[in-house]
Amino acid sequence: MAKMNMLQAVNSALISAMTKNEKVMVFGEDVGHFGGVFRATSNLQEKFGKNRCFNTPLTEQGIIGFANGLAAQGSVPVAEIQFADYIFPAFDQIVNETAKWRYRSGGQFSCGSLTIRTPYGGGIAGGLYHSQSPEAFFAHIPGMKVVIPRNPYQAKGLLLSAIQDDNPVLFMEPKRLYRASVGEVPEDDYIIPLGKAEVLKQGSDISLLAWGAQMEVLEKAAQMAEEQGISCEIIDLRSILPWDRDTVATSVQKTGRLLISHEAPLTGGFASEIAASIQEKCFLHLESPITRVCGLDTPYPLAHEKEYMPDHLKIFEAIKRCVHF
Amino acid sequence: MKDRNHLSNIGLSHQVNVISNGLLDIPMLQLLQADGVPHAQATLPDMTQQKAEKILGTMQFIRILDERMVAAQRQGRISFYLACTGEEASTVGSAAALEPQDMIMSQYREQGALAYRGFTTEQFMDQMFSNEKEPNKGRQMPIHYGVKELNFMTISSPLGTQIPQASGYAYGQKMAGLDAVTICYFGEGAASEGDFHAGLNMAAVLKCPVIFLCRNNGYAISTPSEEQFAGDGIASRGIGYGVKTIRVDGNDVMAVYAATQKAREIALAEQCPVLIEAMTYRLAAHSTSDDPSGYRSKDEEERWRAKDPVQRFAAWMQSKGWFDEEQNKLFLEQSRQEVLSELKRVEKVPICKIDEIITDVYDVPPWHLKEQLAELKAHIAKYPDAYPKTSGRL
Repeated sequence: MAKMNMLQAVNSALISAMTKNEKVMVFGEDVGHFGGVFRATSNLQEKFGKNRCFNTPLTEQGIIGFANGLAAQGSVPVAEIQFADYIFPAFDQIVNETAKWRYRSGGQFSCGSLTIRTPYGGGIAGGLYHSQSPEAFFAHIPGMKVVIPRNPYQAKGLLLSAIQDDNPVLFMEPKRLYRASVGEVPEDDYIIPLGKAEVLKQGSDISLLAWGAQMEVLEKAAQMAEEQGISCEIIDLRSILPWDRDTVATSVQKTGRLLISHEAPLTGGFASEIAASIQEKCFLHLESPITRVCGLDTPYPLAHEKEYMPDHLKIFEAIKRCVHF
Repeated sequence: MKDRNHLSNIGLSHQVNVISNGLLDIPMLQLLQADGVPHAQATLPDMTQQKAEKILGTMQFIRILDERMVAAQRQGRISFYLACTGEEASTVGSAAALEPQDMIMSQYREQGALAYRGFTTEQFMDQMFSNEKEPNKGRQMPIHYGVKELNFMTISSPLGTQIPQASGYAYGQKMAGLDAVTICYFGEGAASEGDFHAGLNMAAVLKCPVIFLCRNNGYAISTPSEEQFAGDGIASRGIGYGVKTIRVDGNDVMAVYAATQKAREIALAEQCPVLIEAMTYRLAAHSTSDDPSGYRSKDEEERWRAKDPVQRFAAWMQSKGWFDEEQNKLFLEQSRQEVLSELKRVEKVPICKIDEIITDVYDVPPWHLKEQLAELKAHIAKYPDAYPKTSGRL
């Protein structure tokens, strides 16, 4: 075990994957000698050479197109998109190519070995284009997996899982926690399964669900609620697609209430999918409407960032409304 | 840290210098004249009689297949078709210059390359009828071929996407130390997509052994090339990216063969990309959903019919004493018969069982797909007459 922040945990996962398998290649904008604008790829080029860790020209559609070809060839690409806000130029390559490659070829070819890493989320004064949480766009793409860790331990275990997984994975890293979140991380390899949620705390009055950087906000709100005698069950979804409906449904069947929170805008956000599914599965158990505490349906603002964010106070108020419905 | 000087190759000027189009003079390689007689100054590549016969036979077979399948679409027997009439030389000639281990990534009008690799009449039919024997499991529209054994990457409809993919594929081949390159086909219309820019720039910077072959056939559906670009075709762009570039007469199979041979040699030896622009003409309609009489003249088509690549090559073979009129007639008749009988046979093969609707989305179907399939099967079982192709085999 070693104390690591999330960047060090990501770096440790990449080093371990590249050491174990010479087909693993890491590339993107500024990831080479410089080690990435957040330093997640520090020292990789020195350790593994310029052929396996390299800078690409500044073209997101090119990075993912290139990665698709590399994956189809049999290599194991780990491509970086500098900010999730800039993944949209590669949207066509991801939606129409990466995700459909295996299906359209009848399983003859696939991009299963591809992992796309990208920093996401707000709270860093990033304004419109350094704050977005685009996971819901990608949750609508059959063939993709979407994964979001909440701390350094998760980051390493889930990233190693994503790299090994035989399906293309979008791995979204909460950049607000890159240096802020520090924890014990095993130096050896370990994996955390994809598609599995984690119940962090048992409770009986309400189920609280979030992912990534929003988990610590949720925990803070839960603590306030607990102080008022409300027993909260806290779940980290971890995988957006495919998501772990059974764990969430089991929890809601016990508590009778569900609150989902994410930074991304409300309309069309992934909370909508969860709410609809749980409403179908748990209709007779629900004692109050499923509540969503999300970002506003606006672009992500700079000056009003604090007001935009679904913070612990907004969640706390929503928990009380839900419980006292 | 290394000092860099990005001005080091730039000369100085002391007047305002405006560089305009046309300064680069990129000629078109032509070895055989329209009548099949080699140009006096031309050096022909080595070609055995056997190879020449395979090239001509493949071009002729594809023309027969195209004619027959366009008719089959008109009869409503298949849903869609794309002919490559007039462009047989650019695909067959280039495929003939490759090795079987080279990966082919194509756009959709390259059935000539696939046939040259050994794709059979039956395989063509299986794909067009989307049946259960087809390796893509009937999921894609007709002409979206793909076959792993022949190193022919499955085609997709979005234009230009295969260009940066080919760069990545070739980089993987290089890293694996393979004696192989990737060839990437696309039309001049697709070259306007952002992926063209991304793919060529990445291949040049990352030194990928890939051959980009642009079929510049004058039209992207109804859009003539003068509404597609204002520069000197596609070839002049290669130079801008630092990609070695060859422009070739796409109706001269000998020239395409020579150019591709040279490109493969450079790509492997120097581990770098090469761009070939093949100047040709889309004699066919864009697809069975298109009628070119709405946007171009019969005269124009006739002028290009006179430059027929198949006749040009046959004439050259004749001059070598490698072409027997009677034997060729027999071959054409046999090919027509084979296409017809395979069509009749294959159109009766059933489509895949409904279970295949959820396989290959992921390596293993996750819970939600299994749930959706179970619901679907129960529904089909309830209304079997509404789903006749699958209800009998639930």
